[in-house]
Amino acid sequence: MKRTSLLTEWLPPLVVIVSAFAIWEAGVALLRVPEFILPGPSAVWVALVKWREAIWFNASQTLYTTLVGFAMALAGGMGLGLAIGYSTLVYRALYPLLVAFNSVPKAAIVPVLVIWFGIGTVPAILTAFLISFFPIVVNVATGLATMEPELQDVLRSLGASKREIFMKVGIPRSLPYFFASLKVSVTLAFVGAVISETVAANKGIGYLMIAASSRFEVPLVFAGLIVVAAMGVALFAFFAVIEHRLTGWAYRGPALTV
Amino acid sequence: MSNLTAEETFVRLDNVTLEYQHEGQAVRAVEDVSLTVRRGEFVVVAGPSGCGKTTLLKVLAGLVVPGNGSASVGNVQVRGPQKNVGMAFQNPILLPWRKVMDNVLLPLEVVAPHKGRFRRHRSEYVAQARELLASVGLEGFDDRHPWQISGGQQQRASLCRALIHNPEILLLDEPFGALDAFTREELWQVLQALWMQRRFTVLLVTHDLREAVFLADTVYVMSTRPGRIVSRTAVDVPRPRTLEDTFSAQFTETYHEIRRQIGEVLGR
Repeated sequence: MKRTSLLTEWLPPLVVIVSAFAIWEAGVALLRVPEFILPGPSAVWVALVKWREAIWFNASQTLYTTLVGFAMALAGGMGLGLAIGYSTLVYRALYPLLVAFNSVPKAAIVPVLVIWFGIGTVPAILTAFLISFFPIVVNVATGLATMEPELQDVLRSLGASKREIFMKVGIPRSLPYFFASLKVSVTLAFVGAVISETVAANKGIGYLMIAASSRFEVPLVFAGLIVVAAMGVALFAFFAVIEHRLTGWAYRGPALTV
Repeated sequence: MSNLTAEETFVRLDNVTLEYQHEGQAVRAVEDVSLTVRRGEFVVVAGPSGCGKTTLLKVLAGLVVPGNGSASVGNVQVRGPQKNVGMAFQNPILLPWRKVMDNVLLPLEVVAPHKGRFRRHRSEYVAQARELLASVGLEGFDDRHPWQISGGQQQRASLCRALIHNPEILLLDEPFGALDAFTREELWQVLQALWMQRRFTVLLVTHDLREAVFLADTVYVMSTRPGRIVSRTAVDVPRPRTLEDTFSAQFTETYHEIRRQIGEVLGR
């Protein structure tokens, strides 16, 4: 039983990915596309292996800026989300500003950050933070806002204070929303870090790709893209697993018996 | 209502009128409602939906303050949340991250005087909760999560949560409204048995008149909004009542009488 379910789970995406690469390779070879326009997967693979040390060095820099920015977003987003969900006054006061702030494209902020902090690690961290904390705020606040009024009645009628209701019901209730936002916002943080690196950095996977493209090392550019995609998937998957482990009760599926 | 003496009265509403704001307009939910409940009495307020029945319960629980009139419990005016009430609703609203046992114990964590001694005397409270769960037929379900039990079982657990702190008054807002007919009838009997054993005072609102007659000592009928009390009927069917009794002449007579009153209220 378990074998077949594993097979049905993993086989379809595997087939799709492998055939995509196969079509890409065959297309490039048949149409004789020059390598500096679109290299085939095999050429990308060669570049990956050849530049592995540079890729590793720059990828770990990007991972570092992403995670630091994301950690800041976690703390800030959770705090602000709880404050907004707890108090209607805070909600009314801050929400328009938050929405306005979120509407500003973060790529447009990078030059400002560069003026303030110079080229390098800090703008990447801050971009990652700025782009990723909004979904956390919104999700945590939503979790609190959707608390059943009857439940509040039950607790209030027993003399529970607002703080007690918040601690016993509000916070646990917002946790699935919080964890659901993590996998989305960590991917955003990663995007933010890479954007900042392509504009203003001297290391990081974004910087590596810009440097490679200015030297027409197109296979290396594509190798960078593949690494970026792989890292994004890994971060998403990591937080998806954490989400499922910690708030399994919110899913009510058979996976709970694991 | 005048045949009750003042000492017998435990819960009373005097000329309660309550309005709330809806889209800038004052909507009158209940108007000039007076009723009295004796200690240990089972009172059902029946009426068409949207007639302000729920508002009455909230007034008694101290969750809303009436604009006019007053509510009192045990001769003390209700001014804020009443700690000696238990509440249950149509939706069982159990917390999905807590097991059945921890859901039932929840009130003890917030209500005085239990919350101060809850941690040290946990095992004592767990034993009480087990007994209560067993009395509603939920023996051995302590460790389940709410979504792992049926809707009827969730509603039983919700009843236990309302009763765990031994409230003097139980307020029930259409508690069986979302259940299928058979489960509903079974829970009538469960509730009746609990009540006969513990003799708390009950105010139950419903629009199911069979439910009203099956459970009540006294049925008040309310009009459509703004809700007013239009009649009071004593139900003299002897207890414990069985489902078989619902076909007896006495039961059906009372049922028809109340149905007629509702018909007048609705104008049909």
